Amino acid sequence: MDILHNLVMGFGVAVSPIHLLYCFIGVLLGTLIGVLPGVGPVATIAMLLPITFNLSPVAALIMLAGIYYGAQYGGSTTAILVNIPGESSSVVTCLDGYQMARQGRAGPALAIAALGSFFAGCVATVLIAVAAPPLAEVALKFGPAEYFSLMVFGLVAATVLAHGSLIKAIAMVVWGLLFGLIGTDVNSGVLRFTFGIPELSDGIGFVIVAMGMFGTAEIISNLELKDEREVFTSKVTHLYPTKDDIKQAWGAVLRGTALGSCLGILPGGGALLSSFGAYSLEKKISKHPERFGKGAIEGVAAPESANNAGAQTSFIPMLTLGIPSNAVMALMIGALMIQGIAPGPQVMNEKPELFWGLIASMWVGNAMLVILNLPLIGMWVKLLTVPYRYLFPSILVFMAIGVFSLSNNPFDVLIMAIFGVLGYICVKLECEPAPMILGFILGPLMEENLRRAMLLSRGDPTVFVTKPISAGFMIASLILLVMVALPAIRKKREEVFVEEG
Amino acid sequence: MQIKSPRDFWAGLMFIGSGLFFAAWAAEFYQMGTAVRMGPAYFPTVLGGLLAVLGLIIFASSFAVEGTPVPAFALRPLILISVGCVLYGYLMKPLGLVGATAALVYVSAAGGHEFKWKEVTILYVILMIFSWAVFVKGLTLPFPMWPEALGG
Repeated sequence: MDILHNLVMGFGVAVSPIHLLYCFIGVLLGTLIGVLPGVGPVATIAMLLPITFNLSPVAALIMLAGIYYGAQYGGSTTAILVNIPGESSSVVTCLDGYQMARQGRAGPALAIAALGSFFAGCVATVLIAVAAPPLAEVALKFGPAEYFSLMVFGLVAATVLAHGSLIKAIAMVVWGLLFGLIGTDVNSGVLRFTFGIPELSDGIGFVIVAMGMFGTAEIISNLELKDEREVFTSKVTHLYPTKDDIKQAWGAVLRGTALGSCLGILPGGGALLSSFGAYSLEKKISKHPERFGKGAIEGVAAPESANNAGAQTSFIPMLTLGIPSNAVMALMIGALMIQGIAPGPQVMNEKPELFWGLIASMWVGNAMLVILNLPLIGMWVKLLTVPYRYLFPSILVFMAIGVFSLSNNPFDVLIMAIFGVLGYICVKLECEPAPMILGFILGPLMEENLRRAMLLSRGDPTVFVTKPISAGFMIASLILLVMVALPAIRKKREEVFVEEG
Repeated sequence: MQIKSPRDFWAGLMFIGSGLFFAAWAAEFYQMGTAVRMGPAYFPTVLGGLLAVLGLIIFASSFAVEGTPVPAFALRPLILISVGCVLYGYLMKPLGLVGATAALVYVSAAGGHEFKWKEVTILYVILMIFSWAVFVKGLTLPFPMWPEALGG
């Protein structure tokens, strides 16, 4: 009953005109950047973070969340019509979606992707509403030792699920943790790694790092590629799937939603992992796996449902524990901190309108997205014909304005450019930037909790394994690491990501 | 000894270098403290050491495990995009939004595949109007519009 009561309250918040407006702006922007290849939700949310300073916390979070799940809808459009993933989480949708488009079935593919996403979005919304409160309850009992171990577990899981080399991902996390320590040490007031530069005394802004690593670095990488696209615009004629299509797809939608919801909750999970997992699952259990890659509708339905479910359930650890599970959630935490709200389990009790309003807005936003994406598909298709040479200077202008407006200091823009170059080098050396961003935001938090835990235990490091919850996280981290290090599993993991890339 | 995986070779060096730097800098200039009362140097020294060790493993494996070469750097976009952003930041005060945006748009566009003066100018005008309407008028961000010399 409590949940129902809270949900009603949440809907009250979500349907107020101002929040409807921001929800709409969010999903519209999300669809836009989802459709456009080469612009991701991370860069967009980072770009908009400074602006959210002027909004209420509820409006800010509703809008930013809309961008993330909106991008999952938009990404499928590009994948199906152009065979380029508009979003990295739509990579697998290309395989069958584009084939369907070539067979003149672009309409049903788009419709199934949107309807599957809508279904998944509804389920995930309910799941957050049901699962989050008890989790937050547990998290309220966490002391510094538990928090430290939880963060270790989160970071380990994030590296295990990242692309490419495990050890490089761990190194990137540690590097991020170190960058996060730049600035004033809260315990002693000592300026660390500031090299006499006054702008560094408050640390490097998270937004600036994210925009450099994901924004400018991505633009530079994109400019290496030729700007060529073949769009199936004329082929979108009949939109609605046949009875046969629906019969084939609904099981895949259900499985995709279930798998996506689970994978989204895991640290390091989210939309990307979910879509890939769902596609492999469908292929494995199908009676005719040879149909996949040749226009099987399940190959569109499952990953598209899964990525939307995963995008939404990845909010659960962020909202209940204050721990980001992926780069987008790290930005959400950044948004909360800009608003002066310390992320963690207490948010749910102290700011119920924020928590439940956000959840309800997800349902509202999903409904808007179906309308935005199905009848208005023609508009998005036109957008695809905009060449990248117009897009990237525009993106740069928005990023530069966003960073500059943080404190009206050119130094911030310089730091962004430096992290852009660093991000580009990392891409070249096959070091994933996402784990570094997680480390960056967790650095100060981890140090703080480590210090407090050690102080409370009088310097006895066994506190992390003698407290049961903390020990559980540590053991889980260890198991994950050992599992991945085992040759058989390591090979499997590499295969998975090779197929994906 | 032959480098089999140049990517790992350079990545390893990068991690060793920055790990050692963080650890050494912290140990040299900040208080270490004890495990009970950790000083500001404690955590960074441990992490820096860990990063250096990880880097060393990656570095060592580059001689053992076959890998791919480091792809060529696209220097033109890398330099022009970065310079464009930095110019934007440092030209904002002296040249205003009008001048800073011009610098960013023209310089970064030159980093693309083709550069046509007419196209880029149209793009610049549109972006300028948009920035003015949304950020200066709409969100009332305190940017100077015009160059300082013209009375800002």
